[in-house]
Amino acid sequence: MLKLEAVDAGYGRAQVLRQVSFEAQAGEITCLLGRNGAGKTTTMKAIMGLLPLMGGQVRLEAEMLSALPAHQVPRCGVGYVPQGRRLFGELTVGQNLEVGRFSKPDNEGVLEEVLQLFPRLRERFSQRANTLSGGEQQMLAMARALSLRPKVVLLDEPTEGLQPSMIAAIRDVTETMRDQGVAVVLVEQRVEAILALADRAALLENGRMRGVVSGAEMRDDPSILAGHLGV
Amino acid sequence: MDFGPYLMLATLEGAVTAAVLALTASGLALVFGVMRVVNVAHGEFFMLGAVLAWWVTSWLDGYAALGFALALLIVPVMVGVLAALADVTVLKRLSYDPERTIVATIGILYILQQVTLMTYGPDARPVTPPFNTRLALPWVEMADTGLSLYWPWGLSITSYKLAVIGAAAGVLAALWLLMTRSKLGLMMRATEQDRDMALAFGIPVERVYALVFGLGAGLAALAAVLIVPIQQAHYLMGGDPLLLSFIVVIIGGLGSLPGTVLAALLIGLSDGIISVFFSPTLAKIMATVLVALVLVFRPQGLFGASRA
Ligand SMILES: Nc1ncnc2c1ncn2[C@@H]1O[C@H](COP(=O)(O)OP(=O)(O)OP(=O)(O)O)[C@@H](O)[C@H]1O
Ligand SMILES: [Mg+2]
Repeated sequence: MLKLEAVDAGYGRAQVLRQVSFEAQAGEITCLLGRNGAGKTTTMKAIMGLLPLMGGQVRLEAEMLSALPAHQVPRCGVGYVPQGRRLFGELTVGQNLEVGRFSKPDNEGVLEEVLQLFPRLRERFSQRANTLSGGEQQMLAMARALSLRPKVVLLDEPTEGLQPSMIAAIRDVTETMRDQGVAVVLVEQRVEAILALADRAALLENGRMRGVVSGAEMRDDPSILAGHLGV
Repeated sequence: MDFGPYLMLATLEGAVTAAVLALTASGLALVFGVMRVVNVAHGEFFMLGAVLAWWVTSWLDGYAALGFALALLIVPVMVGVLAALADVTVLKRLSYDPERTIVATIGILYILQQVTLMTYGPDARPVTPPFNTRLALPWVEMADTGLSLYWPWGLSITSYKLAVIGAAAGVLAALWLLMTRSKLGLMMRATEQDRDMALAFGIPVERVYALVFGLGAGLAALAAVLIVPIQQAHYLMGGDPLLLSFIVVIIGGLGSLPGTVLAALLIGLSDGIISVFFSPTLAKIMATVLVALVLVFRPQGLFGASRA
């Protein structure tokens, strides 16, 4: 579904990613693992077109994402939940969700759908996003990405800094998306979550691929994850 | 004239200044807010608005009202399109880098000024107002028999000045609706808050930038078209509106539209009143002192919320 082939990318002239290749399948959760600074967030920005590629390509089915201007990437069905949420803080919950729908303006019922997934957001609909609690903000970040009915969704540490009940809620939604056939790319640091969710994992180290392992391989021998997780 | 009527006259004159200043400054605030670009050429877009208004009205010599209406419609669009072109040919290539765009807009300032000098010349030229009836204004007086109205000599305003105040208020209201109620406004505000996330959710940020830069310049041009029948068009007239707009934007809180309008009222009205009662120089000194105080004690502006 989503395929990275030998992607080189970085900031300005500083190259971070070298020859990153992996594939995310529909209806599966692909984890992207690596220590702090390994280049996980950079990989997601490169997929979104927010960083110019220095080499390689990113494809979504037949579409060459890496040849499109960044604002057309979400139109192809890529939803992004960035690290640190990055909501439009001065806009209301409803307006954040409206921005989420810009890329697919024709889907009417989607607002009702995401509000059903996150009932808390319905109560907070007219509240400014930067007045929400951390957990609510993460829900809004997820809901905003789901508002474009993505085929692929990129989740960058969606449970960072959240309490257990929130983590469980985020995880439920992640599984629901997978069951609906979305290709989920997940950056996650907690071993138990990775073992429970991942269908496969791409391992990154210093911006380079250190292989792809399947969920079964990880569960047989969790020690292969050692050295590929942040603190 | 007694003090009361005199104060009212000064207030009305100040309101005209405030109205035009509010339009000009909100253009500057919009560009700074959404694009983080300090547009040093803003005053030249104002000047261009006045000069083009003279040019357009000169096509229809003898039909002052018609010529002015035409200028009001097309001059802001002309200036806006020119600014949008400057955005895509100059600012976009600098990746909107805050420092380099300052230098670039200084360059645009000189180009616009010198091209105007070469084509339009060094003269100040008037534009005939479309209508200009003098309206005498009444004042109340305490008489032995109770309150009574009378018309003090010299207390009057022209219908055109009243129309300027009304037009500016209408345009500002429309701008407010555009920013808060429309899809385009939502795109601009999302871009303002997080450019990368705006892109990641499908907002064509480069087009939004071109539009905002054009809209900002168009507002300055519109303000100039409105004021030119009172002030005359001249190729060096851009300096004052630029300086006053900066003062207003700083006092109002960078990028906040309601703050900008309130600050324009404060500066415009006090300028009118202090100029009439004391001297225009004192008015400028007071505005400068106010800016200094705001910068020291409330750098987020009098009306701006503090932002991290
Ligand atoms: N805006 C930037 N400009 C320059 N270098 C950057 C920038 N952002 C990240 N980097 C560098 O790129 C490398 C990879 O960073 P990245 O954010 O992708 O790591 P990460 O795997 O997401 O780490 P974490 O687990 O801490 O989120 C780091 O060395 C970092 O210093
Ligand atoms: Mg990261």
